[in-house]
Amino acid sequence: MSNVIIQATDVTKTFMISGGFFQGKRPLHAVNGVDLTVNQGDVVALVGESGCGKTTLARMILGLEPLTSGSVEVDSKPLSGQNRLDVAKLLQPIFQDPYSSLNPRKSIGSIITLPLKVQGDQNPDTWRRRAEEMMELVGLPRRVFQNYPSQLSGGQRQRVAIARALINRPRVVICDEPTSALDVSVQSQILNLLQDLRSELNLTYVIISHNLAVVEHIATKVAVMYLGRIVEEADTETLFTKPQHPYTEALLSSVLTPDPNLDVPDTHLGAAYPNPVEPPSGCTFHPRCAKVMDHCSTRSPKAIPTSEGSVECHLYDKAQGAAA
Amino acid sequence: MAERILTVDNLKIDIPVPAGMLHAVQGVSFKVDRGETLCIVGESGCGKSLTSLAIMDLLPGKAIRTATTLELDNENVLDITEDKMADIRGNRMGMIFQEPMTSLNPAYTIGNQMEETLIRHRKASREEARDRAVFLLEKVGITAARSRLRQYPHQLSGGLRQRVMIAMTLMCGPDLIIADEPTTALDVTIQAQILLLLAELQKEFNMGLILITHDLGVVARVADRVAVMYAGQIVEQGSAKQVFENPTHPYTQGLLECIPIPGKTARGSHLGSIPGIVPSLIGEMNCCHFAERCSYASNHCHSAVVDLRPGFTNAHDYRCVMSPEQCADNLKQKVPA
Repeated sequence: MSNVIIQATDVTKTFMISGGFFQGKRPLHAVNGVDLTVNQGDVVALVGESGCGKTTLARMILGLEPLTSGSVEVDSKPLSGQNRLDVAKLLQPIFQDPYSSLNPRKSIGSIITLPLKVQGDQNPDTWRRRAEEMMELVGLPRRVFQNYPSQLSGGQRQRVAIARALINRPRVVICDEPTSALDVSVQSQILNLLQDLRSELNLTYVIISHNLAVVEHIATKVAVMYLGRIVEEADTETLFTKPQHPYTEALLSSVLTPDPNLDVPDTHLGAAYPNPVEPPSGCTFHPRCAKVMDHCSTRSPKAIPTSEGSVECHLYDKAQGAAA
Repeated sequence: MAERILTVDNLKIDIPVPAGMLHAVQGVSFKVDRGETLCIVGESGCGKSLTSLAIMDLLPGKAIRTATTLELDNENVLDITEDKMADIRGNRMGMIFQEPMTSLNPAYTIGNQMEETLIRHRKASREEARDRAVFLLEKVGITAARSRLRQYPHQLSGGLRQRVMIAMTLMCGPDLIIADEPTTALDVTIQAQILLLLAELQKEFNMGLILITHDLGVVARVADRVAVMYAGQIVEQGSAKQVFENPTHPYTQGLLECIPIPGKTARGSHLGSIPGIVPSLIGEMNCCHFAERCSYASNHCHSAVVDLRPGFTNAHDYRCVMSPEQCADNLKQKVPA
């Protein structure tokens, strides 16, 4: 029996954005009623185009962004009432760009030990030893303890970010595009490291990525987001072999495998990503959908449970399809 | 017989730095035909972007460019004056950069920037230029093109901006387009669309295309020929089929093992990796540049310069002391592990 570690229920985040001079503020529904369950030991990937709300959702789970409505429970306790320090013990982030996420004026040692200091750890004399153990675990040489981020390569900086996230032994690590700023050969090293740490420290990951090849490689469960909604959710195997939602199909077809015998695929996603301030009516995907039906533009689809997850599309809604 | 559009022979770029001379590009040679796509692939700092800037003569001031030959359409463009080069740039060869927001001028409308190219190079009237701009914007798949001309770059999405950038490059009907990471800043779905568009336009206008990227998936799908660069040198060069089906240089083999391939790489398995880091290019290097990171390196590799030499098949060159057979064997032995 798997333990639920993060439970997001009907989470909504609405930003009020300025419409320009002389215009009032307009709502932007960055995340619009999302349910997400993360079990202990899962690697859940959030995928989707820029602006689909995946980063906002991750920030809300981390407690960095207040919810407009809905609730997030971490380890069966609601996130909202909890002390920030307690949340930080459970959840830690790793960000995309190791060049901007590390303080350039702090040494590697003080970056990695800062979480211990913040948590008021009782044994300052053990900090250095613990930091060095952690550095060894993530594959950083001990000699860089006194160095500064500017003296390290991109891959090493990302290792520092991972060491900092793991020093307090969190249970969940939320990685926002952990490898997209890195070169291919470094990316593979970091992915291998994340895999090893997961089994060694019994970690749970929530990974945000637009690189579907990477997602297929490391995730156990995938949630596809489109305009603030999770439109399909399934375990990795099912999602990649039997995608249900037309958007998932289009996303998968855009993955470029290094096969010189194939051409660039046509994703049939003609129209550009819609403006999230004025989302299309009905199913928000209908203007770009290859399998659009008459009632798609008028009625929003409901999440329909599938054998392995859920999908939000009229194609699978037998009752509604018949009624139209 | 395909028409040769660009010949680069023995291109070198040296940059003086406080610590000495940085040999950023060390004798790169390649050719591009009309209608052909050459992909230059490599990791950060391998010199791929500098190579493209050198062709356009857009290198930063202190960089020193030398070459045996640099010919555009059989015309020497190596030692010509800046005025003459300015006539060629944007006219006969165009460049598309990675981030369209920084390469478009935010203070001018799309129309203004597009028309300027034609007015500057072809002495066209404003009306002629506008018609051409509308024609090309429609060509790159932008609807309501005439009204778009009055918009500013910030009013467009990333994908649209890159389309505008491509249309702008096509204004004068160039012979050669250099695209430096044109899709890296874009979403995967838009990336596929932009690549498809580039490929179609290249066929239609019969241009040479140099595509610079670090994404091997893009390379395999788009390239006719591939040049793999490492530490300022081309380490392997051949047709896309040759390079991807018979990767010969240990670096190319290593790169291909680093990326998870859906359906091929076992899920959750360990990916290949290339240990070590790229060598510093400051000062002279009298050895194989990859020797430090190569698991097959012998003493010889650390002490002698290695030249490009023919591989298994015609027009497939690689830079390694091992024979092609031996390289192929190495790869076979690695696969089951």
